[in-house]
Amino acid sequence: MKKQTKVEIWVGAFVLMSLMALVYIAFQVSNFSGLKDKPTYEVSALFDNIGGLKKRASLKMSGVVIGRITAIEIDPVSFKARVHMQIDQAFNELPMDSSVSILTSGLLGDQYVGLDPGGDEEVLEQGSEIEMTQSAMVLEELIGQFLVKFSESD
Amino acid sequence: MSLLVNKVQNLLQSLGKGFLSNVEAFGRGSLFMWSLLLAIPSVFFRFDLLLKQIYVAGVLSLPIILMAGLFIGMVLSLQGYTILVKFSAEEAVGTMTALSLLREIGPVVGGLLFAGRAGSALTAEIGLMRSTEQISALEMMAVDPLKFVYAPRFLAMIIALPLLVLIFNALGVFGGYLVSVSWLGVDSGAFWSQMSSEVDWREDVVNGMIKSVAFGFLIAIVALFQGVNAIPTSEGVSNATTRTVVHASLGILGLDFVLTSVMFT
Repeated sequence: MKKQTKVEIWVGAFVLMSLMALVYIAFQVSNFSGLKDKPTYEVSALFDNIGGLKKRASLKMSGVVIGRITAIEIDPVSFKARVHMQIDQAFNELPMDSSVSILTSGLLGDQYVGLDPGGDEEVLEQGSEIEMTQSAMVLEELIGQFLVKFSESD
Repeated sequence: MSLLVNKVQNLLQSLGKGFLSNVEAFGRGSLFMWSLLLAIPSVFFRFDLLLKQIYVAGVLSLPIILMAGLFIGMVLSLQGYTILVKFSAEEAVGTMTALSLLREIGPVVGGLLFAGRAGSALTAEIGLMRSTEQISALEMMAVDPLKFVYAPRFLAMIIALPLLVLIFNALGVFGGYLVSVSWLGVDSGAFWSQMSSEVDWREDVVNGMIKSVAFGFLIAIVALFQGVNAIPTSEGVSNATTRTVVHASLGILGLDFVLTSVMFT
C-alpha cells in the first residue's frame, strides 16, 4: 500500500511538472496569449505586387504591430493580389483613407505591411477595403528601371 | 553445371524465405497492434497498473531527459550565437533555439533517449517474463496478459513521452536563455519578444506534440513486439533489446521526416 502511494506521488509530480512546462511554453515561448485571443476586425487591400509577403506577416503602424496578414489571394476581377489582414480591435479608429505599403525590415529581413493613417472622418471597420496601396519593391524591377534611365541619359 | 543450378536454387530459396518471414513478422506485428488497441479500454478499470507503468517509463526517465534538455538547449544557442552574431542578429538566437527544439529536436532526441531508456527496459522485461514463463503462468490462471501486462505498458509509454518532451522543451529553452542572456549578453527583452512573436502555438507547439505522441506509439509497439517475440534465452532477450533500440531509433528518424514534410511545408 505504501509503495503504491509513493508511485502515485511521483507520477503526480511528473504530471505537474509537464503541465508547468506546457504553461511556460504556451505563455513565454509561443504566441498563445498573442493577438489571437483579442477581438479583431478584418480589412483587405489590393496590391499590384506583394513581393515576398507571406501569411502571418505583421501589420505595423509607426513600427508597432497592430495586426496580422491572414490570407493572400488573387482577386478574380482585377487579377491583383488581395491581402486580408486582421487588425486588433483596440485600433478601431483608423481613418478610412489610410494607406498601406509593403516594406522590408532591415536589408534582408522579413516583409511586412506598414500602415500610414490618413485624416478622414470615416473609420475602417470589418470588411472595408483600403484603397491606397503601395507595392513591394522588387529588386529586379528597380535594376531594370535604373538600366533604362542609364541608357536614356547616354 | 548442376552445382551452379543448385547454388542459384539456394540463393533463390534464401531470398524467398527471408521475404516470407518479413511479411509474416509484419502481419504478426499488425495483428498484435490491433489486439493491443482493442485491449486499451480495459486499462481504465485497473488504473493502478497504468500509474505504475507511467512511473517506470516516465518518472524514471526524468533525469536523463532533464540533463539532455538543458544541455542541448545550451549548446544550440551557443552555436546559433556564433553564427548569428556575424550578421548582428544575435537576438534571433532565442527564436532559433525555441523553433528547432519545439519542431524537431525535442520530439526526436526525446524519443531516441526514451527508446534507449524505457523501450529497451520494456523489451527486456517482457522477454524475461516470457523466458521465465511468467506469462504462461498468468495465462494458466486465466489472467489475460494482453490486458494486464501489455496494454498498461503500451498506454503508459504513449502518455509518458509527450509529457517528457514538454519538460525537455521547456528546459531546453531555459538552457538557451541561460547561455545567451546570462553568459553571452543578448538582450533579454529582445530574446523573449522575438521568440514569442515567431513561435506559433498551433503550428509549432501543437505539431511538435503530435510528433511526440506518434513517436511514443512507435516506440511502444516496437518494444512490446520485440519483447513478445524474443527467443526465450538470455541471448535471444539481449538480441531483442538491441533490435528494439535500433528499430525504434530508425523508425523515429524516418517517421520524423514524413511528419515534417506533411506539417511544415
